[in-house]
Amino acid sequence: MAKVNESIVELRGGMFKTRVLTSGKGKPVVFLHGAGGLFWDPFLDALATDHKVIAPEHPGAGTSQGLEHVEDIWDLVLYYAELFDALKLHAPTVIGHSFGGMVGAEIAATNPERVGKLVLIAPIGLWRDDHPVPDISGMPFENLVGLLFAEPVSPLASLVPAPDPNDPEALFTAAMTLASILQFIWPLPDKGLKKRLYRVKAPTLLVWGDKDRLVSPAYGEDFQAAIAGSRLEVIKDAGHLPHLEQFDRTQSVITEFLNEK
Amino acid sequence: MKSIFFHLMPYRDLPDDFEERYESVWVTPPNRELCDPKKVAQYYKWNLDELELADRLGFDGIGVNEHHQNAYGFMASPNIMAAALARRTDNKSALLVLGNTLALYSPAIRVAEEFAMLDCLSDGRLAAGFPVGTSMDVNRCYGITPTETRPRFYEAHDLIMKAWTQPGPFAYNGRFNKLRYVNPWPLPLQQPHPPIWLAGGGSVETYEMAMAYDYTYSFLSFFGYKYAKKVMDGFWETAERLGSDGNPYQAGFAQQICVSETDEQAEKDYLEHVSYFFNKCLHIPPYYFETPGYRTRRSTEFAIKTNQPADIAAALVVKKDWKALVDDGFIIAGSPSTVADRLIEACKGLRVGNLIALMQIGSMPHGLTEKNLTLFAEEVIPKIKHLWSDEGWKHRWWPQGARQDDPAAPAKA
Repeated sequence: MAKVNESIVELRGGMFKTRVLTSGKGKPVVFLHGAGGLFWDPFLDALATDHKVIAPEHPGAGTSQGLEHVEDIWDLVLYYAELFDALKLHAPTVIGHSFGGMVGAEIAATNPERVGKLVLIAPIGLWRDDHPVPDISGMPFENLVGLLFAEPVSPLASLVPAPDPNDPEALFTAAMTLASILQFIWPLPDKGLKKRLYRVKAPTLLVWGDKDRLVSPAYGEDFQAAIAGSRLEVIKDAGHLPHLEQFDRTQSVITEFLNEK
Repeated sequence: MKSIFFHLMPYRDLPDDFEERYESVWVTPPNRELCDPKKVAQYYKWNLDELELADRLGFDGIGVNEHHQNAYGFMASPNIMAAALARRTDNKSALLVLGNTLALYSPAIRVAEEFAMLDCLSDGRLAAGFPVGTSMDVNRCYGITPTETRPRFYEAHDLIMKAWTQPGPFAYNGRFNKLRYVNPWPLPLQQPHPPIWLAGGGSVETYEMAMAYDYTYSFLSFFGYKYAKKVMDGFWETAERLGSDGNPYQAGFAQQICVSETDEQAEKDYLEHVSYFFNKCLHIPPYYFETPGYRTRRSTEFAIKTNQPADIAAALVVKKDWKALVDDGFIIAGSPSTVADRLIEACKGLRVGNLIALMQIGSMPHGLTEKNLTLFAEEVIPKIKHLWSDEGWKHRWWPQGARQDDPAAPAKA
């Protein structure tokens, strides 16, 4: 495993304290995590072999602070512009998963010049009545695991840590991380991204698991139709975490896209 | 001590296998499958009849509340019920509307208007309840972002109190309420405004708010007085820290109560209906109770420190046979003298001067509810009403237009 550096980046005189994981050398790639939180996983590790991976934690998730200063998605986009400035990132590649994909798309739509390339892995942010995105906070944990994976009974799925009902501190941290995401997607993950997506100028790759039961691959077609020149790669036998469940295939699709001139 | 008959207005005919077949009594119980408007029309008549009976029988107050998409309480608008009651309660009981869930109203000036209407309609008998509201109602049924629950509550409170105390029109520039002209008609009859009653489930912020603004605090749970001890101790500790004089009328708590001729008869009369309540009406999955972000970091830390989540979990799994229900204090039940003794013990122990009496429980039919209310009013209230008299407290939070039985008056011989 690559050596991972963890640092705390402060913004606006300490209003925000953001945990950032960094590893590798090469062109900068920003990874924006989903509702489960920020973890250094095999996908990021592989990415760090020929890129400089910068993975910030969203405000309020984990130990990162400042959620009370971002009221809505606009505040969050502004916050990320400032974080990019603080990290001296001009137009990095942005890879976002799920909620992180929604944020990446919002950044690329609002400030097209700040994103070099865009990779969205099963992003949320759009709404279809025929494929409603389930309420991830409104179901038992085991149901959620069933929605995350193509194969819910698998070594990978068993790695998702079940919350320990006897450990209120751990439950609290998990709840606050989820709260920091829900703040921007409640009650439905549609905050108007649809009408802004046309502004994305970055070359865009959309990656979807064909068995994603959380965010249907049907959304992939909507994203593709809205972002000019974007490409949709549907990964066979993968759920909502194709970059982990079909690691090799997803890795090669994304690496190929990143290496394109 | 004030006795307030509080009606939840439950659906009294849920199917026998409800809790096996359905996910939850709240938020998602399918309305077309389970809720028959013809039955509801009958229930509403019974509910109002029961509240009006309590007024005639001499309860100090009658109470209604607000829930949404909830089979144990389908009173989506308590103000509609309170308006009906205001016209048909000549014995001048207080009208406790506990309350309007402030965070749900946009603009929140609507609450200032409707409460003022109720206060005028009832000749100043309104106690204005400002609950934060449950996560089920606020976040899931009405779609309020969990982390905005408290900010919206505080802002609505601020707007309403300004509307009631500052001359209009004025501009209000809040985060959620932006109004150029705040100038509600009418204003409340009670001056400067109706007494404010807060309701909570153990959040430290709510304790502090009660003290900061001199409001009452009521702990509304269905687990009874033994479970309430820790929460009310927490309230009084906070109150003392903030300089409270310890007036018991500043505190209330909800208790399920079943009165019959004898202790044995109480079990025969009520067990079925109480079981219905605990098995079906509290059939709520844990993931609905607290949407992440609903509780603040501070209150969650406080809850963990005082072991609240474990207590709730433990209370929910207690086997609910009659003996357990009575011994653990979930219900206070029995003959009038048993009930009175238990209530005195409970209210003294919790130091509360407002008993929010839940007396139509679950599937309890109309006739039995009338019996429960009548026995309570005739044989229990006389034994408990002077509980705090010897300490000489004044109830500063009782509506000005409501019947003012002097709490300091000596008990009748």
